[in-house]
Amino acid sequence: MHQFLQQIFSGLAAGSIYASLALALVMIYRATDLVNFAQGEMAMFSTYIAWTLVNAGLPFWLAFLITLAASFVGGMIIERVVIRPVENAPVLAAVVVTIGLLLIFNSVAGWIYSYTVQDFPSPFPDRPVFGALMTTRDLGVIGVTLLMLVLLFAFFRYTPIGLAMRAAAQNPASARLCGIRVGRMLAIGWGLAAMIGATAGVMVAPVLFLDPNMMGGVLIYAFAGALLGGITSPIGAVVGGLIVGVTENLVGTYLIASQLKLTVAFALIILVLVFRPNGLFGTAIVRRV
Amino acid sequence: MEKRIAAPEILAEAPAAASASGWRWVGIVAIIVIAAALPFALSKYHVFELTMVMIYAIAVLGLNILTGYNGQISLGHGGFFAVGAYTAAILMHRYGVPYWATLPPAALIGFALGVLFGLPALRFEGPYLALVTLAMALATPQLLKYFDTWTGGQQGINLVKPMPPAGLGIDRDRWLYFVALVVLLLAIRIAANILHGRTGRAFVAIRDHPIAAAAMGIDTAKYKTLAFGTSTLFTAVAGALAAIVIGYVSPEGYSLFLSISFLVGSAVGGIATIGGAIVGGFFIQFVPNLANDISDAAPWAIYGLAMLFFMYTMPRGVVGTLGPWLMRFFATRKTAAPFAARRSEGA
Amino acid sequence: MPKRLMVVLVFAGIFATAGGGVCRSGEYSAGASDSEIKIGNTMPYSGPASGYSAIGKSLSAYFAMINDQGGINGRKINFISRDDGYSPPKTVEAVRKLVEEDQVLMVFQSLGTPPNLAIRGYLNDNKVPQLFVGSGADQWNDPKRYPWTMGWQPSYGTEARIFARYVLDNLPDAKIAALYQNDDFGKDYVNGMRAGLGDKAGKMIVATQSYETTDPTVDSQVSALQASGADVLLTAAIPKFTTLAIRKVYDLGWRPTQFVNSVSTSVGSVMKPAGVEKSAGVMSATYTKDPSDPRWHDTPEYQDWLAWMKKYNSSVNVADALAVYGYATAQTLVAVLKASGDNLTRDHVMEVAASLHDLRLPMLLPGITISTGADDYAPIKQMQLQKFDGNSWKVFGDVIKGSGR
Repeated sequence: MHQFLQQIFSGLAAGSIYASLALALVMIYRATDLVNFAQGEMAMFSTYIAWTLVNAGLPFWLAFLITLAASFVGGMIIERVVIRPVENAPVLAAVVVTIGLLLIFNSVAGWIYSYTVQDFPSPFPDRPVFGALMTTRDLGVIGVTLLMLVLLFAFFRYTPIGLAMRAAAQNPASARLCGIRVGRMLAIGWGLAAMIGATAGVMVAPVLFLDPNMMGGVLIYAFAGALLGGITSPIGAVVGGLIVGVTENLVGTYLIASQLKLTVAFALIILVLVFRPNGLFGTAIVRRV
Repeated sequence: MEKRIAAPEILAEAPAAASASGWRWVGIVAIIVIAAALPFALSKYHVFELTMVMIYAIAVLGLNILTGYNGQISLGHGGFFAVGAYTAAILMHRYGVPYWATLPPAALIGFALGVLFGLPALRFEGPYLALVTLAMALATPQLLKYFDTWTGGQQGINLVKPMPPAGLGIDRDRWLYFVALVVLLLAIRIAANILHGRTGRAFVAIRDHPIAAAAMGIDTAKYKTLAFGTSTLFTAVAGALAAIVIGYVSPEGYSLFLSISFLVGSAVGGIATIGGAIVGGFFIQFVPNLANDISDAAPWAIYGLAMLFFMYTMPRGVVGTLGPWLMRFFATRKTAAPFAARRSEGA
Repeated sequence: MPKRLMVVLVFAGIFATAGGGVCRSGEYSAGASDSEIKIGNTMPYSGPASGYSAIGKSLSAYFAMINDQGGINGRKINFISRDDGYSPPKTVEAVRKLVEEDQVLMVFQSLGTPPNLAIRGYLNDNKVPQLFVGSGADQWNDPKRYPWTMGWQPSYGTEARIFARYVLDNLPDAKIAALYQNDDFGKDYVNGMRAGLGDKAGKMIVATQSYETTDPTVDSQVSALQASGADVLLTAAIPKFTTLAIRKVYDLGWRPTQFVNSVSTSVGSVMKPAGVEKSAGVMSATYTKDPSDPRWHDTPEYQDWLAWMKKYNSSVNVADALAVYGYATAQTLVAVLKASGDNLTRDHVMEVAASLHDLRLPMLLPGITISTGADDYAPIKQMQLQKFDGNSWKVFGDVIKGSGR
């Protein structure tokens, strides 16, 4: 029983890591109808910026705030400069562009910072809670993820900009007619997603250790989690991420062939999707003739 | 999102009869002749490289059928490539099957697996389908490592490269080049037949207007599954050829990066074209090497920049963008030009 | 007839003298000449294994230093290193290019087990040395079947057998758990452990858990291993995952006797990030000096290495053990090439490589030397057990000669 609880809690801790990146994926999807495969690498790069600032002597929170600002601006610039040219091109072209971005960020980070694994300071102390089932650091990650979820949800539901952004994504032509600057909405969407990614990276680096390949595996699980929850739903992203984390842990522990953990975990996720093809909380895509 | 279809584009999708303009045939024959003569003018290493280009072209052609013509995205074709490769390797290594006889089983297994995959894939679209196919790409190396009595596990399987038939007077590399060339030409012929015929029209109809297609009596499920199976058949055959040419298979060679490379090659060449597959093959084979030559420290950055460059200048791919432009000079109205790859729904 | 014969003889004479070398007479295979020696190499400069590119950079840097010092017997080293992204098909392609287009003398220190397995057949068929392979698998010591392939480091299996012997001698009733990377590297350790324990393996090894390099953490695996009730833990993982494992083990309140593999012993990159109180007591075996271990910092060998790092290899972190690895392997090759003199044929270079006697290198642990023979293609067979005391590693016991294949 103890082992079971242990795995659940580990799973929640790992799942919150996936959930935080999944939120960024959902953000971009809602804003621009695109899955950004470079999200993980952008988050990693933001984390390196934070790391550089902390190493230069800045206090953690100041470094974090500067990183957030830089990520927001960076995200906007990327949308304007890199994504804009393929916005009206076939979707596949945009997908390839995000893949190209992934490679560029990964490679440049490796070039500038080398591949040596680095330590990253955590704002949360590292003490065990619940009788060593979890640490305060894990709780911190879960807490920040939930906070981001609430902020994101409120943003889309209750703020004018959030509404404008949803309109711009769903129906750019009509949105323009309403006076919404669609281009600006897209850029802001990417900026916000970059900020979410930066937060995810900074929270996660103390746990995973910072290196250019830190987010590679996380992106895959975050992608699965975001889709499991419904690619259009922030709540879905968090729930999906947590489920993926817990499932992965339980499968690894109780499956005889633990080397097939990844395979089985994905098979289970797909099984769920077969019954809910738009994810647990996603909205069905309605086709009109 | 709504899609706007212009009338001329519908007409352009009209069936291609067998006739193409005379110029087109001259062009095709010229290319084949050059391709057959090349190995004698190039060093063994370059012949080997071109053989790999053709193999990747066959794999990308498979992906084009599925994603380009039928609109179902796949991030998992590296896995099907591996299935073909290991089919060939196990048959050759364990059962002593001659290399050329491994291609049909690889094709069959690739087809069967694709159909099996295509069935649940019917439920999914866009990013969800991407996830399902991603699972294939990720599961394949794990499964290969796990069933190590069959696959040799981590150590992989070493294969003896086939000898050319005695009396032909050419060496191994050139012989394998011709084998690959023949398979590629066959693949193109078969693909063209399928895609320019009724099945191909069904594929495209399903891609662009699934509801209208169903309303017209096209069995969507059957054709989508068929598209999947056909696509993976091609890619599996390519994988088998690759195993024969390289002489070694191991799980490390079939990573997620391979699946992504196929997708990128497909997009750069022209997703809904046949000729684009060849361009894609060149891209996959040569651009990473060039990137490495340009920058030792950040080769992937150069590769990524190349992708961006191609997508900005030719968002429909090289053949997708240049093709229609060239067609104006060489084609008649009867030639099918499903070059206009439109933005398919979802992904 | 005689006139024509004379002309032929004169021309033959001219060509013979010209071909005989300008400054010195040497025998050469492709890749070697009076002025240069071309060395080929493949390394993962891209992709998930790109962390190992530090080795490639270090090799380049060492040869740059040698060239600045005049080269080897007056010849400069032309080191051609190509990216293979750790993908065997790419390795085959890169090696074919090195051999057929770049015309290298040999392929040196290519990294990874699958990449090297992919090219072994080709290189042996073409009689090109596959020298000092960058992998710890057991397969590189097989001179009868693959006379052109030679490893360098003590194999993972050898190391695991050393651990097994320690456990049998000191903890005979232990219950052993193993966390391993799900590839040849990790599995070699587990298999070596089993082999070393002999018929007790079934009873003593109570649990194994694997991880993939794409797994973000190993918390789940470590928890599952704790639940097995084991009191000895073998972690066969690359540095990042070793750090994660050590930390999780401690956080769970589990205190087994821990063995980590030699690849992941860096004080600066593994032990300190895990937390010095958490990693105290961990044991390992090693054969090189850890550059982040303070006990070497006052020695002249370390100072030399550090000076070289700063001048030639500044893009690599001074705490990176891979830089020591690259340094040492490059030194081995330089020794072989120097000893080959002016006979730089592939055959002769291979012979020299297979007749090293007690070669000492500055960054190998004291007492560990390199020796090879016609039927012994394992240059380094010795390791030493060590224990981490929270600040640095302390060796204990004698230098152990591992019984590899």
